[in-house]
Amino acid sequence: MKPALKRLGHQPWLGSFIAATVVWLMTIAFTGGQGGGEILTSALSFGTFTVIVGLGQMMVITTGPGNVDLSIPATMTLSGVIAMKIMNTDEALLLIGILAALSASLVVGVANYILIRLLRIPPIIATLSSSFLILSTAISYGRGIRIKPPPSLAEFATVRYAGVPVVAVAVVALSFLLAIVLKRTIYGRTVLAIGQNERAAWLAGLNVKSVRFATYLLSALFAGICGILQSGFSGGAALNMGDDFLLSSIAVVVIGGTSVAGGKANVPGIWGAALFMYLLVTMLNIFGASPGVRLILTGVMIIAVITMAGGEKASR
Amino acid sequence: MTLEAIRLDGVEKSFGAVRALAGVDLVVSAGECLGLVGHNGAGKSTLMHVLTGTLSPDKGSLAVGGVTVSGEWSAAASQRAGIRCVFQELSLCPNLSVAENARIMHSPLRGFGWKKRASDLIRAKLDEIFPGHGIDPDDEIADLPIGKRQMAEIARAFTVMSDPLRLVILDEPTSSLDAVTAEQLLAYIGKETAKGTAVILISHLLGEILSASNRIVVMKDGKSVAERPADGFDRMSLVAAMGSEGHGSSSHSTSIVSSTGTSPVLVKAHPDASKTGPELVVRKGEVIGLAGLAGHGQTRTLLQIFSRDHASVEAPMSFIAGDRQSDGIFNLWSIARNVTIRSLKSFTRFGLIDPDAEARLAEEWKSRMAIRTPDMDNNILTLSGGNQQKALFARALASDATVILMDDPMRGVDIGTKLEVYDMIRTEAANGRSFIWYTTEFDELAYCDRVYVFRNGKISDEINAGSISEERILQASFAESAA
Repeated sequence: MKPALKRLGHQPWLGSFIAATVVWLMTIAFTGGQGGGEILTSALSFGTFTVIVGLGQMMVITTGPGNVDLSIPATMTLSGVIAMKIMNTDEALLLIGILAALSASLVVGVANYILIRLLRIPPIIATLSSSFLILSTAISYGRGIRIKPPPSLAEFATVRYAGVPVVAVAVVALSFLLAIVLKRTIYGRTVLAIGQNERAAWLAGLNVKSVRFATYLLSALFAGICGILQSGFSGGAALNMGDDFLLSSIAVVVIGGTSVAGGKANVPGIWGAALFMYLLVTMLNIFGASPGVRLILTGVMIIAVITMAGGEKASR
Repeated sequence: MTLEAIRLDGVEKSFGAVRALAGVDLVVSAGECLGLVGHNGAGKSTLMHVLTGTLSPDKGSLAVGGVTVSGEWSAAASQRAGIRCVFQELSLCPNLSVAENARIMHSPLRGFGWKKRASDLIRAKLDEIFPGHGIDPDDEIADLPIGKRQMAEIARAFTVMSDPLRLVILDEPTSSLDAVTAEQLLAYIGKETAKGTAVILISHLLGEILSASNRIVVMKDGKSVAERPADGFDRMSLVAAMGSEGHGSSSHSTSIVSSTGTSPVLVKAHPDASKTGPELVVRKGEVIGLAGLAGHGQTRTLLQIFSRDHASVEAPMSFIAGDRQSDGIFNLWSIARNVTIRSLKSFTRFGLIDPDAEARLAEEWKSRMAIRTPDMDNNILTLSGGNQQKALFARALASDATVILMDDPMRGVDIGTKLEVYDMIRTEAANGRSFIWYTTEFDELAYCDRVYVFRNGKISDEINAGSISEERILQASFAESAA
């Protein structure tokens, strides 16, 4: 029991869960115990979307310094717009819409990789500039019309059992899958190896190029999935639907204990961090903080959590 | 009675157990060009680093212009004393112009119009040394071809501002120069020494050393072993002085006499990526040595074979790095993971790595390589350097690779570990694996069936096990003159 506890204490994701719990307790202490359950439910609903894109971002960041996907919000929007327009509220076109949206996302992933690999543009610039192209495509394709999702998609994206959203359960399953991929597959090992030392990974006979390619594809695919679900959840696609996810996709990765320097990923930490971020904003709202104060405190709290969780890294 | 520019008395320097300098006495007189020769590990580079102040000696004293240095000896002090060095690996800032690089060396170039003055300074020197050089002081270093970079760096070393110019060290200065500019440089050395500047010339071109120097010092094993006026040496006697008597015979007795002449050819490569020049051929079960002075294309050839670029390779390969930190280990991982990374495919079922099989493989190689650790799940950095290297050997040998490329892997490894690994290589070669082994140590060539000596990126000699001798390798490593 002792060693297990000790090992638990060394997990870098623990910090984000503790922080989330503390924030939640402070909130319900303020409300006198009212609405604790509802807050958790909505944290799960909204946090889930951040987790989906966060997982993709985590894989990209883990492949080493300089790797980041800034095209996630644009890809989400494009995917949502394509899905809604093709489905056109028709149940029969649901699958086709999903396939088309995800295919478009994969094209974005391929384009990102081409910019990075063939044109040797740093990922931060490549994905940022591709977002402009993607977003323009979404705007011209969507033409500002707001189309409702087919009822079954809306149902799937919003339904809850005992306060637990079905989507959250599905994404927990996805997270488990990804954790296994990281730990138990050659692809996962390669991602971790490249992140530590790309040259050594190449000399160890690992397929650096194709794994890097697959990782940018994966991130785009997850953004696409998130775009479809988000559209179902909020009653349609909107051109600004991805805006909040630019910073939050990166923040949950970092707060969750994944190394920004690469080579070390942390799946559960993404969940803790996503819940923490949502609960923090909720708490400040309930406290009646003005938007300015809310932003300042959010920034300060994120710094505090990273500092506490990063103690282990500093000693290295 | 000539003035002395610099004097070293009994200078010693050790890196851990390695004694790089074992008591060097050296005097360079003002106005003299001293040729310095020696093979890999003779201590030339360490000695130059001591002179330029980037390394401080463990023992011994240094005198500049006849005055013993008493205070702190540092790079800045060396610069003030008028000691300049052109290193083999060029040290100009690639993102700055030629003139700006000149400014880095001369702090008095400040205030209004410094750039103009820096340009004039470096242009005048370039004109003086390399007439018709075609370099504009405003050219950015990165845009210049390697030969012109070297010209700029040499010219910079000879520029004079407030500090006097006492001694210029030229470490392989002609390695990137063509015959004409090399000739210009050698002529300039003659003029500069006539003005009283001392020059130390290090080169693998013995003809250059013999013609440009007044006096030649031969280093070996961290000591100066021979010293004569230049006309007291010829090519043969220089090579003989660099080698030693005992070595040659001992290598024969330990070499493996194998009958690999008829086994299948696994690797064929042209080291200089052209179709001309001698070819490197590796057969099944052979241990092939790559010898010659460091930096003459051995590592590049290994990487070329590894990436199958202008090389035909009929077998899976594995690479054992010599530079563990940059090419080898994954330092966030356990020893086990570092060992198994090359072999994951062999225990992956339905796309999933079998953790038990992985642990078994790690344990097996822990005992086979005698990796000294209580637990293979410990981080790789808990191991000593030698044991980290063993883990890298285990990674390659545990894999399905039948051709193992080794990039001077015994750098900084203790003798006990070395002997264990040599045994392992012999056993594995007997079992049909082939090794391509770049080494900077003569003794290791004794384990090879055939040795290719490299010079200027090309194979300059191919020696079979029976005829491997230090003298023959030295002969092939040092050229008479630039070809």
